[in-house]
Amino acid sequence: MTVSRRHALKVLGSAAFAAAAAPVMAEARSARPSGPDDLGLLFDTTRCVGCRACVTACREANKKPADVVMIGGAPYDAPLDLNGSTLTVVKAWTAGGRSGYVKAQCMHCADPACASVCMMGALHKGPRGVVQYDVDRCVGCRNCQIACPFNVPKFEWGSNTPQIVKCELCRHRWAEGKGPACAEVCPRGAVVSGSRPQLLAEARRRLAATPDAYQGGIYGATTGGGTACLYLSAVGFGPLGLPGLSDEPVPALVETVQHGIYQGAVIPLVLFGAFAAVTWKNHRSARPGQEDES
Amino acid sequence: MTASTRPVGGTILTPAAKALLVLAVLGGAVGLYRLTQGLGATTAMNDGYPWGIWIAFDVAVGTGLASGGYALAFVVFILNRGRYHRLVRPALVTSLLGYAMAGVAVMFDLGRYWSVWRIPTHPGSWNGNSVLLEVALCMMAYTAVVFLELGPAWLEGLSASRRPERAQLAARWLPRAEKALPFLVALGLLLPTMHQSSLGSLMMMAGHKLHPLWHTALLPLHFLFTAFVMGFAVLYFESTFTGAAFKRPLETRLLARLGKYVAGVIIAFVVVRFVGLAVEGKAGLLVGSGLFSFLFWTETVLLLAAAALFLRPQTHLRPDQQLQAALLSMAGAALYRVDTFLVAYNPGNGWSYFPNVPEILFTLGLIATETFLYVLVVRKFPILAGVTPAPGRAVPAGLKQGATT
Repeated sequence: MTVSRRHALKVLGSAAFAAAAAPVMAEARSARPSGPDDLGLLFDTTRCVGCRACVTACREANKKPADVVMIGGAPYDAPLDLNGSTLTVVKAWTAGGRSGYVKAQCMHCADPACASVCMMGALHKGPRGVVQYDVDRCVGCRNCQIACPFNVPKFEWGSNTPQIVKCELCRHRWAEGKGPACAEVCPRGAVVSGSRPQLLAEARRRLAATPDAYQGGIYGATTGGGTACLYLSAVGFGPLGLPGLSDEPVPALVETVQHGIYQGAVIPLVLFGAFAAVTWKNHRSARPGQEDES
Repeated sequence: MTASTRPVGGTILTPAAKALLVLAVLGGAVGLYRLTQGLGATTAMNDGYPWGIWIAFDVAVGTGLASGGYALAFVVFILNRGRYHRLVRPALVTSLLGYAMAGVAVMFDLGRYWSVWRIPTHPGSWNGNSVLLEVALCMMAYTAVVFLELGPAWLEGLSASRRPERAQLAARWLPRAEKALPFLVALGLLLPTMHQSSLGSLMMMAGHKLHPLWHTALLPLHFLFTAFVMGFAVLYFESTFTGAAFKRPLETRLLARLGKYVAGVIIAFVVVRFVGLAVEGKAGLLVGSGLFSFLFWTETVLLLAAAALFLRPQTHLRPDQQLQAALLSMAGAALYRVDTFLVAYNPGNGWSYFPNVPEILFTLGLIATETFLYVLVVRKFPILAGVTPAPGRAVPAGLKQGATT
């Protein structure tokens, strides 16, 4: 019994050491870069006047019903946030005596957390970098909602066949030669669409032209591993409700740890072998009546 | 496995069992309402808190409490402490039922439950990065493994059947089930190591939405520790209550010797957690985070109090104090998991969540069902040791010997 215990601890010790050391030894997973053709949006708080034409155009383009809220007995299409029928929303912000508007929609991350957690890839990167949804591969687990740092994916809570709802940059309109409906209708150029490199160039041009009008640089240029939807702000990004993320992609930490443990299934197989060997040995050498000893 | 295990026998529909069935029916009614009216109409979950107590409690705490089979298998089969063998079968039954109930909870929680069959059958669609996928596959596999680990118990139960064909079936398969045991035990150790740790990784992806006292790269390790703590604690709970309910001798001396393992795991968890926070430069949050500091210390104090009780020599002689220690450790570890999944999770934007009555009723229904099934199984199958044989129901001695040699 003593020998087998020592043997057991030796085998397990080496397996445990391998398991503990693996995440450290595993190189941090490299970020998935955005592509040169990735489609995105550029939003600029200095230009938005809060007309919400984008919200209405988005509803029409995506055939989503109005989010009717009763205020003082009268119905308003007034979504308070993104929800199961609202893919984009305009909210007000105030900061230091100043106020303005901010538009929210999916950020189309270069390296999205929602797609990283999605069990069967219902949410995945599609053509032109769009984070798109395939309902046939969705079981409705809502892990994407937990993972998304921007709280973008929404769930149809009222439906008995619920789906995940989010902006897909109007990819259903591309065949007609049209881009995102929100950018198409914006009267002030507060939201414009285009390829990510174009948008970055435009953002840098605006920053260079009127540097005093902006604070905080370009949100999404590198934030969270880079997003296809970029923001320029007069007051920085905290008041806009955008989280202060590092430049590391959100999924990097989890994937580094998990791949460190599971890469090539080596550690699980070694552990299994160790468990089986020790159990088999102990099982064989078990003395009759031993179990009643106490 | 253990030669001294016997079915408890007796009436199934006792008044207590009927009360459990009433709760189960109420939970079932909530389940039916959810299937016809949808999740939004039934639960308090929302886009900010897409996971409520059906995940945070039924799955994260439920499978933690169902880790008794795992924790004990480690002590019995790896550390080779055969004296705890008599606790193995009841622990495995709790594990089987705990995981099965977590599975039921998930089925009702999934928005598109009817497509869940695709997960095990469409390996081509698997996302290798998805922690949840690993958890789901591992938990499905583990539930099957625990059922098979209990194979000898099921077959011994069958061998006492009045029908000869059942008894023959049992006689044929019992030796094979015994032979397969080391392989099954190894799987039964590997799978929970994987999915219990991954339950922690699951919340790592919540990033800045999870309070930094809980969000750490050590989450998988912490969930492994708490699985052991809850798993061990359940053994005390189970042994003491079946002792009282079925008039079988208490296993106080045996459980006393197990105390050092529980205390050891608790102390290791607390030390690793504090060192981790110090290394990550979060020590300041231990005092300055209001409710969150309070919750952190509540978890820690509950667990340390349990460890202190488990190590105290007086506790070794007192089943009531053992039970207290077990309940304290269960509460501490369960609070840690609920905090990680729910309380310390804050999506911002003013979202809030508190479980509503239907969600609580459903969870109570699951616990009641689990308890009812546990009693049913130990009455019908040879799970518990030290049971006074019910007249006329003893298993033939020959078969039992054939099973263990």
